[in-house]
Amino acid sequence: MPSRRGGLATLALPRGAAMNQLVELVVNGVSLGCIDALIALGFVVVFKATRVVNFAYGSLLLLGAYVVGRYHEPLGFAVAVLLAVVVTAAVAIGVGVVLLRRVRLADPGTLAILTLGVDIMLVTELTRRIGTDLLTTGDPWGAEVVTVGSVHIAQTRLAAAAVAVVVVAAFLIALKITDWGVALRASAERPATAALMGVRLSRVASGVWLLAGALAAMAGLFLTAFPSPGISGTVGLAALGAAVPAAVIGGLDSTTGALVGGLAVGLTATLAAGYQDHLAFLGRGFGGVAPYLVMLLVLLARPTGLFGSREVTRV
Amino acid sequence: MSDRLSARSIWLAAWVPVAVLALAAPLSLEGFWLQTGLFAMAAAIGAIGLTLLVGTTGQLSLGHAFFVALGAYGYAFLAGPRDGDVAGVGLPAPLALVGAVALAGAAGAMFSPIAGRLRGIYLGLASLGLVFLGQHILHNAASATGGFNGRDVAPFEVFGFSFTATDPELVILHVPYGGLERLWYLGLLLVVLAYWYARNLLRGRPGRALVGVRDSEVAAAVMGVDVRRYKAAAFTVSSGYAGLAGVLLALAFGRIVPDTFGFVMSIDFLAMIIIGGLGSIAGSVAGAVIVTTLPLVLSHYSDALPFLAQPGESGVGAAEAARLLYGAAVIAVLLFAPGGLAQLLRPSRPSSANQGTGTFDRRRSSPRDQQGASP
Repeated sequence: MPSRRGGLATLALPRGAAMNQLVELVVNGVSLGCIDALIALGFVVVFKATRVVNFAYGSLLLLGAYVVGRYHEPLGFAVAVLLAVVVTAAVAIGVGVVLLRRVRLADPGTLAILTLGVDIMLVTELTRRIGTDLLTTGDPWGAEVVTVGSVHIAQTRLAAAAVAVVVVAAFLIALKITDWGVALRASAERPATAALMGVRLSRVASGVWLLAGALAAMAGLFLTAFPSPGISGTVGLAALGAAVPAAVIGGLDSTTGALVGGLAVGLTATLAAGYQDHLAFLGRGFGGVAPYLVMLLVLLARPTGLFGSREVTRV
Repeated sequence: MSDRLSARSIWLAAWVPVAVLALAAPLSLEGFWLQTGLFAMAAAIGAIGLTLLVGTTGQLSLGHAFFVALGAYGYAFLAGPRDGDVAGVGLPAPLALVGAVALAGAAGAMFSPIAGRLRGIYLGLASLGLVFLGQHILHNAASATGGFNGRDVAPFEVFGFSFTATDPELVILHVPYGGLERLWYLGLLLVVLAYWYARNLLRGRPGRALVGVRDSEVAAAVMGVDVRRYKAAAFTVSSGYAGLAGVLLALAFGRIVPDTFGFVMSIDFLAMIIIGGLGSIAGSVAGAVIVTTLPLVLSHYSDALPFLAQPGESGVGAAEAARLLYGAAVIAVLLFAPGGLAQLLRPSRPSSANQGTGTFDRRRSSPRDQQGASP
């Protein structure tokens, strides 16, 4: 985050400084957007394949961050991250397959509330376990800041961006060429037909929940690393608060949309926070609400998000 | 004919004791229970409103807390004294109540152009945006809302008779009637009115039109239902209900803060109507009572429950146990009775073949409330 300057002082700054601030905000916004894209991807991929709005996603993220925070000291950072990914993916599969399969035929609203029940329990238990401890991720990047020219960015954010690019690229390739990817796309398009053609919907669903869990763990790690204060029970709600506008802006069943939406949310939030002196008439903390305003505007223009598939009405 | 008579006598036999108990409750209950009951009444009104929108009309809304907040703050603002430290209009309390409900309803009507364009889950998530916007406004418009610290709620008074204080003094059967006892009756009256209005709404022509909109917008339009208008009307009525719930909640609290009306409240309302059974008015009242009272009662009896940790000890404390139990209850109800409590109460009803079509708009059973006079 840039240093806060007085409103009039910023207005009177020479053009170069204003430009620098803009570049710095955009760079930081994009790096935050990469994390948001990871979050949104996990949210969207579950919806795309199973039509479940996964409200437990925030607590899965918190779980990932918690495991890293609790075990990075005895196990070392890398092993702790691996453990976090495995644990979170396992819990996600548990939720997705064991719990939701029983009521697979119910309407999506019921399923969404079911995931909310899971979310309430997980968040309560994790918040209790965290208690008053100050958990940090213990990542090797620490509080280092990279300076290029006059642009400052935290190393964790660079790492996050790199990981996000690799993970997303791998996912998109897998979606394109692997059997599992083809099966996922087929079952998203026509579940009944896909099942008749020999696609095992249950296997696709497990894969999707596993992926969502793994993504949640990684996003949880980066969301709680350096510029943010640490791991607390509110991380889950914050993550859901980013995932929802990102997923809706992009379109709930579009993976491309999740990436675009994530970047849009990261940029909007960072820019609104960075220029809040100019936006003082909109009130303090406007950065947190700005993505929702963008979401509402996008929905007004395109009711199923930018890349979401349009609903066809059949009679 | 005799079927009908016996049905009516069963109905009476079930409801008369409930009514008597509800009316006599303030005579014996202590403050904690009255307060809990008032919260449950407020929640019940809000839940009825939400089930009209989500259950009957099929418009998913996660923004109910926003409209509840409008009602609560609207009342506090309209009835608040003009010379207080936060702004107020100084209207008489009943007028302020009506004004607050109208305010919430108008906000719902204003949101309906957006709502009219969106379907299913997109609508739900868009309305979630309202909650976050509302939080932002409540925190920042401090001159009217008191900001983070909230504001006091003006007492409710009709013709000099106060419902929130001990003026004029009132003693019935040696029980002094204080603020909570009086407010209890106001709450009961509002709940009964809300219930009665919703029931009549659903039994008549508008109710059938709304169900038609839920089941198929195209079919409803073909049958001559103005889909857009009915959707807007459903949003307006539902928001008005939320506003009324907000007023009662504000009166029960005595002081309101923004954090009460956040995401969690929206979720709680949704949990109420789904636990109760979507579209069922009685179910939503039952769901409201369960969701509201469970955490309060558990924390109240925490020291009597051996497995709970006392404050300061490690282990699962009362508040946490209440949350855990709440989450588990939501999961259990939905796993074993996806149609909610309303489904449990009438087990003989076969579910239709229209299952798992994948849109939120198609519910699999239509609760009896919407079936009118069928046997």
